[in-house]
Amino acid sequence: MASIARCLRSARPSGFSLVKSSPIAARVRPFSVSATVLEKRYTKEHEWVDLSADKKTAVIGISEYAAAALGDVVFVELPEVGKAVQAGDPVGAVESVKSAADINSPVSCKVTAVNTLLEEKPGTINQLPEDDSRGGGWVVKAKVDEAGATEFEALMTEEQYGEFTASSEGEDSH
Amino acid sequence: MQRIKPSLAAGALRGTWRSSSNSAARFTTLRTTRTSRPPASQHNQFRRSPVSPLTQKRNASSSSSSSETLAKTPLYELHLANGGKMVPFGGFHMPVQYKDLSVSQSHAFTRERGSIFDVSHMVQRIFTGAGAAHFLQRVTPSDLERLPIHQSTLSCLLKSDGSGGIVDDTIITRLPDQAGDGGNRFYVVTNAGCRDKDNEYFDRELAKWSDRGEKVVQEQLDGWGLVALQGPDAEGVLAEALADHGKVDLKKLYFGQSIYAQVKMHGMRVSSPLLISRGGYTGEDGFEISIPGDETVEVTEAFLATGGPDRVRLAGLGARDSLRLEAGMCLYGHDLNEEITPVQAGLSWIIPKERRTPEAEFYGAGVIVPQLIPKSKGGAGVSERRVGLVVEGAPAREGAEIVSRPEGKKLGVVTSGCPSPTLGKNIAMGYIQDGSHKAGTEVDVVVRGRPRKAVVTKMPFVPTKYWKGTAPA
Repeated sequence: MASIARCLRSARPSGFSLVKSSPIAARVRPFSVSATVLEKRYTKEHEWVDLSADKKTAVIGISEYAAAALGDVVFVELPEVGKAVQAGDPVGAVESVKSAADINSPVSCKVTAVNTLLEEKPGTINQLPEDDSRGGGWVVKAKVDEAGATEFEALMTEEQYGEFTASSEGEDSH
Repeated sequence: MQRIKPSLAAGALRGTWRSSSNSAARFTTLRTTRTSRPPASQHNQFRRSPVSPLTQKRNASSSSSSSETLAKTPLYELHLANGGKMVPFGGFHMPVQYKDLSVSQSHAFTRERGSIFDVSHMVQRIFTGAGAAHFLQRVTPSDLERLPIHQSTLSCLLKSDGSGGIVDDTIITRLPDQAGDGGNRFYVVTNAGCRDKDNEYFDRELAKWSDRGEKVVQEQLDGWGLVALQGPDAEGVLAEALADHGKVDLKKLYFGQSIYAQVKMHGMRVSSPLLISRGGYTGEDGFEISIPGDETVEVTEAFLATGGPDRVRLAGLGARDSLRLEAGMCLYGHDLNEEITPVQAGLSWIIPKERRTPEAEFYGAGVIVPQLIPKSKGGAGVSERRVGLVVEGAPAREGAEIVSRPEGKKLGVVTSGCPSPTLGKNIAMGYIQDGSHKAGTEVDVVVRGRPRKAVVTKMPFVPTKYWKGTAPA
């Protein structure tokens, strides 16, 4: 199945912007109950990952940009707790009326918790896609090893991701 | 795998698409080579499409380079002005949705109020001449000689190799004949994604037909608009938009029928007489209106202004796909292809009784007619057929395997699927082995490697609301 990025590419409008690149990405940054967040990084496929300060746990979800572009999400597929994945492997999927996209893990990790709220209220992922609190639209929590922490370093910062989404819109508007 | 349906279709179909300008060239060729008499009179209801300088330019550029430039419908600027998100589809820039509504909202708005769809990318053709009915009866299983004037029928173009496979699906309408038509005038609408393939098909078949001595002339309404007004408010909006309001009684225009009528435009002007057909691709009551290219924007704006945003909105390919799927209708290239016969596709009903004999001279009759009788009754039957499915859990999309429950033996494949905005369930259609096709049969559909329970379900999934003269449901 297609990654989110692939789905967005094929849905990308020509000639003008599909979604206003939202400057409010950082707006909903509720207080995390887990270990203090070190930093949030993004993939080119529009997933985000928060790594804890001790670099041992992570929270993963899809970006606001992706959530807006995918449209009304009606189903979120979650992995089984305990599943170990490599970076780039699917840890779930989001489905809207018009498309289905894999959620690929930004880093190698082992799933320790899944957001079951998304099974009952998949629309949460549209409303609060980057919220890692209870009631938010995060997808999985996971244990990360050293390899995962290294992979994290290679991902885009929030600022870089903002530039990436702005430029990829531009280059696609032929 | 690409998963966004309209783009997927665009990608899949682009291979058969070269350039819309082909059709302009074709039109010219046909006029000069196939019409032995002067082109039909000036008082044609359908004005012949002029080969505009723009078209010629496109034509010239496409012959010198193989660049795949997408064509624009007459409503392209209107889509942009209304926040249409454009995607390539069938060789055109088409709106997949508009900024005011999500796909689900647009879908619901169509079912509750009204939507306008630009379907100008579809190919509109006119067949005339003494042999037109006979010719179309060779390439389709329809009974066109008996088709009443201003009546439409769903039909399909059949492969000439006798296999019974479907080249394209189409709606054929008999129009009032005019001087020089030889008593025959048929309006034939086919899919945008099949334009080149269908052009080749018709050219080849017309060339074969020329031996018969029964003249047939094909015209393409190139550059014309085709607009679908769909939903419970469609009739009210159209009635108000018509010139001579009150003179045309739309209550007497039933599903599958058509009329010519004029629409009020800016100022005191009115449109040309437009062919208005009652029907559509959503399962709702509605109309499809064929409009000369230079009037398409004004007529569409008239519908939008007459209805206002409470009654009618623009809707795109996204909603069109989920609406047609709820209505159980096929999308060519997905649910239909050249390996599938009308009987396998559950379209036996398009073949009238009179033509259900092996002697019927339509392509593939030797395969199709025996299939009409099930194996249990001594006929050939079919080994697989199109069915509807309601899937639990994850939505099944095109390509998902249908397997037996709980054994997991392969039974078939999903050809279209999405979460149904109206029902809140996942619906799909696909092909399944004969024997497992009965409504209520429980199967599994494999999505992302996991089996999901599914039940074979009668289509349409959402009851259709065609206007047939009885009290609306």
